[in-house]
Amino acid sequence: MLHHMITAETRLFFREPGVWLLTILLPTIVLVAVGLVFGVEPDPGLGGLRWIDIFAPSMVVMTLAILGVNLLPARLVKYREKGVLRRLSTTPASPRSVLIAQLVVNMGVAVVSLAVLLVVGNLMFGIPLPKDPIGFAVAFLLGMSALFALGLLVAAVAPSAGIASALFVPLFALVMLLGGVYLPRTMLPELLIRIGDYTPPGVQALLDAWQGTSPQLAQLAVMALITVLAGAAAAKRFRWE
Amino acid sequence: MNVIEVTNLVKRYGDHAAVDGVSFSVEEGEIFAILGPNGAGKTTTVESISGLRTPDSGTIRVLGLDPQRDRDELRRVVGVQLQESELPEQMRVREAVELYASFYAGPRDGEQLLADLGLADKRKSQFGKLSGGEKQRLSVALALIGNPKVAILDELTTGLDPQARRDTWQLIEDVRAGGVTVILVTHFMEEAERLADRIALIDAGRVVALDTPSGIVSRVDAEQTLRFRPSVAMDDGLLTGLPEVRRVSRHGPTVEVAGTGNLLAAVTAVLARNHIVANELRIEQAGLDDAFVALTGRKLAS
Repeated sequence: MLHHMITAETRLFFREPGVWLLTILLPTIVLVAVGLVFGVEPDPGLGGLRWIDIFAPSMVVMTLAILGVNLLPARLVKYREKGVLRRLSTTPASPRSVLIAQLVVNMGVAVVSLAVLLVVGNLMFGIPLPKDPIGFAVAFLLGMSALFALGLLVAAVAPSAGIASALFVPLFALVMLLGGVYLPRTMLPELLIRIGDYTPPGVQALLDAWQGTSPQLAQLAVMALITVLAGAAAAKRFRWE
Repeated sequence: MNVIEVTNLVKRYGDHAAVDGVSFSVEEGEIFAILGPNGAGKTTTVESISGLRTPDSGTIRVLGLDPQRDRDELRRVVGVQLQESELPEQMRVREAVELYASFYAGPRDGEQLLADLGLADKRKSQFGKLSGGEKQRLSVALALIGNPKVAILDELTTGLDPQARRDTWQLIEDVRAGGVTVILVTHFMEEAERLADRIALIDAGRVVALDTPSGIVSRVDAEQTLRFRPSVAMDDGLLTGLPEVRRVSRHGPTVEVAGTGNLLAAVTAVLARNHIVANELRIEQAGLDDAFVALTGRKLAS
C-alpha cells in the first residue's frame, strides 16, 4: 500500500514538466556555470580553498530549498485544497501515507540531485567528494529534515494555497540568501553568516564536513531541534481537509 | 438485517443544526436514497455515516461498527464517493484505480470496473484531462474498487448528461445485484424514483418522510387523471360507481376520469369487462416532486 503510494507520487513528480529537471540538474548547472566563469584558482583569502569549493554546499542548499520550502509543501497544500487527501481519508489508506510518500520521494530526489552535483563537481572541477562522509551524511540528513519540517509547518498553518505560496516565497528567498546561493557567503555581512550557520539546512556544517572538518555539534543539534519542534507542530496542526 | 442504523443523529455547525435528529435504518442489499434540497443536511448525514464527521449526538452503526471508534475497520468495508474531491491532475485513470485497489485486501477487477463504467478507453488519460462526467464515473469506480459491502454515493450523477446518467443508474443496479447495500444522496427526483427501494426525504435537517417512492407519493392525497377515447360509446355510470373514481367528465370524444388509489387498474378492468378499448390512454400522476411540495411546502431545487 505504501509502496504503491510512493510509486504513484514518484510518477507524478517526474510527470510535472520541467520540475524534476530543475530540481535535479539546476544546482549542478549553476555550479558548472560559476566554475567556468570565475575560474578555479586557489585563493589564499579562503585558506587555500578555491572559490568553487566554498560555493558547492550552497548548491546543496538550493536543491533542498526548492524541494523543502516549495515543491513538497505546495503539493500537499494543493492536495488538501483539491480534496485529494479527503478522498483518501475514506479509504484504508490514511492521508498520512501520502505525507510519508511525499517525504520519501522528495528526499530521494534530493539525494539524486546531490549525487549528480558531487560527481559532476568532482569530474569537472576536482571538487573532492566529502572528506568526512559520515559527518556530511549526518549534516545533509539533519539539514534536509529541518528544512522539510519547516516547509510542512507552513503547509500546515496556511489556510489556503494562495496564502501558503505567499509564505513560501519569502521563506525560500531567506533560505537561499542565508545559504549563500544569491551571493557567496564570504560576501555577506558577518551577522548573516553567523545566522546562516544555524538556519536550515545548515550550510556551514555541510562545508565543514565536505572539507574534512567535523561539523560543529551545536549546528547539528539546532537542525535536530528544529526538525523535532517544527515537525511536531506540523503534525499537530496539519489539516487533511 | 439492518446494515446501517442511524438514531437521533445531530450535527451542529455553530448555532445551526445541519442535521437535527435524523433516524433511519437501511437493510442489506437495499438502495436507499437520501433525497432533499441543497443544504438539507444530506451530505452531513452521509459524511457522519462515513466517519468523516463526528456527530454531536446520536448513534450510528454500519455493519455493527461505530464509524468513529471502528474507523479503520469501517474503511475496509464501506466505499465512499464524495462531492468535490479530486485526484492529482497528472494521475492517469488506470494508475488511480490500481493505487486505490492496493488499499484493499480483496479489490474488484479494475479493468472490468472501468469497462463497466465506460472508461476503458480513458485508462491512459490523466485526471486533469477528463470531462466532468468522466471524473464523476472514475470517482464511482474508486468507491467500488475495494469490493465494499456498503457504497455511499453523494450526488453521483450531478453534472452528467442524460445518457451518462442512465448508464450510471444501470451500474448502480448492477452493483446492488452483486449484494452491495447502496446509500444514494441526491436531489434528483427521477433518480430516487428510478433507483431507490426506499427514500428518506430530508428537509432542514429532519426526515420528513421515510418510505418507498410510491409510498411517499401515496401519502400525498394526490389525484390522478386518466384520459382516453373509448372505442365504442360508453355510459359514464360504468365508472362513476367505482370507489377509486371521483369525477368523470367529457371533452369531445375524450373521457377524463379523476380519482385516487389504483385508479388505472380499476378503470381498465371495467373497460375490459365491457369490451371497450381505451384509445390514446394517458395518465397524469403526482410524482415525488408533488409529494415533496406537499410534505414540506417547498419546491425541490433541481
